Amino acid sequence: MKKLLWFLALALLVCGLYNREYLLVWQKAMLICLECVGIG
Amino acid sequence: MARRTLIQLLTTLVYNGNLSGFWQGKIYQGATKRACLPGLNCYSCPGALGACPIGSLQSSLAGTILRFPFYVLGLLLIFGLLCGRMICGWFCPFGFFQDLLHKIPSPKIAKNNFTKRLTALKYFIALLFVIVLPIGYYLTIGVGVPTFCKFICPAGTLEAGLPLTLANPALRSGLGGLFVWKVLLLALLVVTAVVIYRPFCRFICPLGAWYSLYNKLAKYGITVDEAKCIHCQACIKTCQMDCTVVGDRECINCGKCRQVCPTQAIHFKK
Repeated sequence: MKKLLWFLALALLVCGLYNREYLLVWQKAMLICLECVGIG
Repeated sequence: MARRTLIQLLTTLVYNGNLSGFWQGKIYQGATKRACLPGLNCYSCPGALGACPIGSLQSSLAGTILRFPFYVLGLLLIFGLLCGRMICGWFCPFGFFQDLLHKIPSPKIAKNNFTKRLTALKYFIALLFVIVLPIGYYLTIGVGVPTFCKFICPAGTLEAGLPLTLANPALRSGLGGLFVWKVLLLALLVVTAVVIYRPFCRFICPLGAWYSLYNKLAKYGITVDEAKCIHCQACIKTCQMDCTVVGDRECINCGKCRQVCPTQAIHFKK
């Protein structure tokens, strides 16, 4: 079970990196999140 | 200073190392924000050097388009499989904030059957506010809304809302009912955390709910040597979380139980 979850985690991460999803995370994180502040 | 407190303090400082952001009223925009941090720490905190995993999950899931969040889920799964809820106890700035609040002298409410039942609430909040509602907003209005951040997250109010609106006059002009609601929630949490140990972690936090699923599987964390255990329950009596067994889903691996175990049966996995 643990090995399967590790495999799944790494597979998800590799897919995400391949899709450049880190750029989506960055785009959200580099601008002030108005919802977090309580304005949006 | 206890080792755990020192690590919590260092974690808080490392997560929020962009100190100049606090007086400039601006947030850090560097490349380190491409990675999610393991603990709950708002990415709009002026000091934040990394992204919040819960905020990133909501925006990756249902932002401008609906998609499966491979990257954020992969990171969250790795964090969970490595440390489980040890992250809550050792590497979460908002958990540390609540630990400090609980040190304020006052009458305290200990765990009881009601608080044990209330721990299920965080799973409901995680499902509804982090997954169902953001997708629901996307399907109805065409844009996902990070509903946990918007309507609940007191870490966002404390770390982003208050410092940014204090330092940035442009943001102050946009404040309204939502900000008042979030400040009231934060105030309620602060008062509650003085009386009740870590109420946000125990009853509300979606990140804690996620990590709790991996507590038993995690590579690092606390465990019991069954051969040495005499089942005296001293560990459970001293635990401030809603644990019924050491290392169960509510255990944040703080290690307080290790200090009271008469047979030294409790230890950290190596």
